[in-house]
Amino acid sequence: MSGQPGEHTDPAVAFEAAKLGVWTFLATEVLLFGALFTAYTVFRIKYPEMFRAEHAKLDRVLGAVNTVVLITSSLMVVLGVDAIKRGKARLLEAYFGATILLAAVFLLVKYTEYTAKFHHGLYPDTNIFFSLYYMMTGLHGIHVLLGMGVLSYVIVLSRRGRLSEAWCTPAEMSGLYWHFVDLVWIYLFPLLYLIG
Amino acid sequence: MAHGTGQDRRTGIAVFVALLLLTVVTVLVSYVDLGLWNVVVALLIASAKASLVALFFMHLKGESRLVWGFALFPIVFLSLILIGTLTDTMLR
Repeated sequence: MSGQPGEHTDPAVAFEAAKLGVWTFLATEVLLFGALFTAYTVFRIKYPEMFRAEHAKLDRVLGAVNTVVLITSSLMVVLGVDAIKRGKARLLEAYFGATILLAAVFLLVKYTEYTAKFHHGLYPDTNIFFSLYYMMTGLHGIHVLLGMGVLSYVIVLSRRGRLSEAWCTPAEMSGLYWHFVDLVWIYLFPLLYLIG
Repeated sequence: MAHGTGQDRRTGIAVFVALLLLTVVTVLVSYVDLGLWNVVVALLIASAKASLVALFFMHLKGESRLVWGFALFPIVFLSLILIGTLTDTMLR
């Protein structure tokens, strides 16, 4: 993804190819999370009362706070990509830095939530609702962590002067991935915290 | 690779505000007992938010039909998985 187009490659073609590559990757991600959403649907239909009772044990205020944190982080990515398209590398680094900071806040909130649940004896093997809760938010958390790595890499590229208004594909592609991570949480939040 | 414009930033901030408002609405609605409608409303709002993110943040709005195809085909497959699994588990 760092690869600048070679001298024989049209930058516009390279950009389109990278974009289709990321969308293909995101397609596999939809199916990865999709399997868990399917499991959620099956068990929610099978045990509606249990889901109703168990989901009330989650803190929907903390869930909402994390939703706002991720939405804000997505806006930072939008503004960062917009900055590099205007040739402002330092501004891109600041916005992507803010995104990484917000991602850390998200994980910190998630950590306090997990800790609180453990204190109340709610573990991944407590019941099928909490199995799904830990599995889905855990897999999503790993994606947040990976996203932080990818965004850091883009900042490094930018600091090395490798990004400009003429070539900012890595910034745009990492943005696509980050928005997808936000998008998954947009579904996880109501399914787990609001309607169980 | 369109160059950044003030329009991009204005759209981004408008979508951001819409996402915040929809989040507030979905949390408030969750405190009201609507029976089965709680699920319907929550999923409709989540899908509205997801559409905003995909169309504007992920630029799907201005994309070619090829990219739209790449974006939609996993959703078709996910529907197949859901429908197939549910017809099995519910009719067993």
